[in-house]
Amino acid sequence: MEKYLLKLKVNGQEYELYINPKTLLVEVIRDHISLTGTKRGCETVSCGACTVTVDDMAVKSCSILAVQAEGRHVRTVEGLEADGKLAPVQKSFLDHGAYQCGFCTPGMLMMSEAFLKENPTPTREEIREGIEGNICRCTGYNSIVRAVEAVAKGNYKKE
Amino acid sequence: MIHDFTYLKPGTLQEALSMLADHKEECKVISGGQSLLIIMRQGLVVTDYLVDIKRLNELSYIKYDEKGGLRIGATTTHRAVEKSELIKQKYPVLVAIEKGLASVQVRNWGTIAGNLAHGDSSGDLAPTLIALDAKIKLSSETGNRTIPLEEFYTGLFETALNKDELVVEVQVPPARELTATVYEKFNLIKNDQAVVGVAATVAVDQGSTCKEARIVLSNAAVTPIRAKNGERLLIGKKLSDALLTEAAEAAAKEADPVSDIHASEEYRRHLIRVLTKRMVTEAWEEAIRLG
Repeated sequence: MEKYLLKLKVNGQEYELYINPKTLLVEVIRDHISLTGTKRGCETVSCGACTVTVDDMAVKSCSILAVQAEGRHVRTVEGLEADGKLAPVQKSFLDHGAYQCGFCTPGMLMMSEAFLKENPTPTREEIREGIEGNICRCTGYNSIVRAVEAVAKGNYKKE
Repeated sequence: MIHDFTYLKPGTLQEALSMLADHKEECKVISGGQSLLIIMRQGLVVTDYLVDIKRLNELSYIKYDEKGGLRIGATTTHRAVEKSELIKQKYPVLVAIEKGLASVQVRNWGTIAGNLAHGDSSGDLAPTLIALDAKIKLSSETGNRTIPLEEFYTGLFETALNKDELVVEVQVPPARELTATVYEKFNLIKNDQAVVGVAATVAVDQGSTCKEARIVLSNAAVTPIRAKNGERLLIGKKLSDALLTEAAEAAAKEADPVSDIHASEEYRRHLIRVLTKRMVTEAWEEAIRLG
């Protein structure tokens, strides 16, 4: 199999990797560049645990070929904090206890981040619709919705 | 595990078509891959070459003119359709079904042509577009052809697409007065695939009599199908409960649903009856309201 030279930008950093073209984006993120925040869950585009953003769009990295993200900017949960400071959504999730086991959290955070960029002043119902592609198997949705709502209300600012 | 393949990245439509012509026997096309990668991972699709059309921006467009109607390019994403003001105004049903399709992440990456060419009979887009009398444009190195979307589906996950052909465009006739199209699916989890779905188009005259009707069923046979016996019963009639019951019964009879873990055949027929009645009523009342 001919290896493909992939040039990819992840969290602002440029990478050059030789990969098999069948490699999924989540595999590149976790196994090739060792950013293990992003989770592999259902692998059938259902659960959203692998959500990252590509050019600010939330996508499921388990069902995108890494080669398709070439030349675009991928952001993972590791890219949310800046200069050692947590992003507003991260702080709000912490304060609201918006996780139980934590497995869905990286995906939820990335989805929330992308959602709030698109819709900075959502209603509660819109927040629920916004995270419809992310499953919390612990069913801790209420605190997640409250956390996103708190960010939208401006209770958390970028430090 | 996904089997190895050679990855081909055409820069233009012409280049993509020539790649398909060169490798047609052992080639698959990927666009957003939101359906394809799942079945490739399951080993259901094995291919030597994968042609990636996701970046063909020349096929990413939404255009409308009063004479020709709506044209959506193949690599247009679901999200672009969902957010299009033009489509919201002219074909609100398309925006409504997009909002109920899978999840934001899937709609951000998945494309219209990918969804249609995948050929899953439980899709929402194909039955709705058939209810809108849409056509699909297919291109190969040797030329183009445009066929009714209804004729595109030939069997279980099978389409009329030849091995060297690519879906390039979906065409929907101009929005008409006194005509409405609606769609509803039944599922247990919001935005999940349809256990059964029904799309209905009703065109009425000034006196609210049905002039034309389409009833298209999702996940009710191996392909999306029209319930033509049900449709025929509606033509020339006024809206009444007895008529709707009769048409819904006819649609349920015409369907050929399977029994699976989601629903029995019997339950699916019941759902077709309920949804057909509901959708035809809604389309009919909406068509009158538009008058």
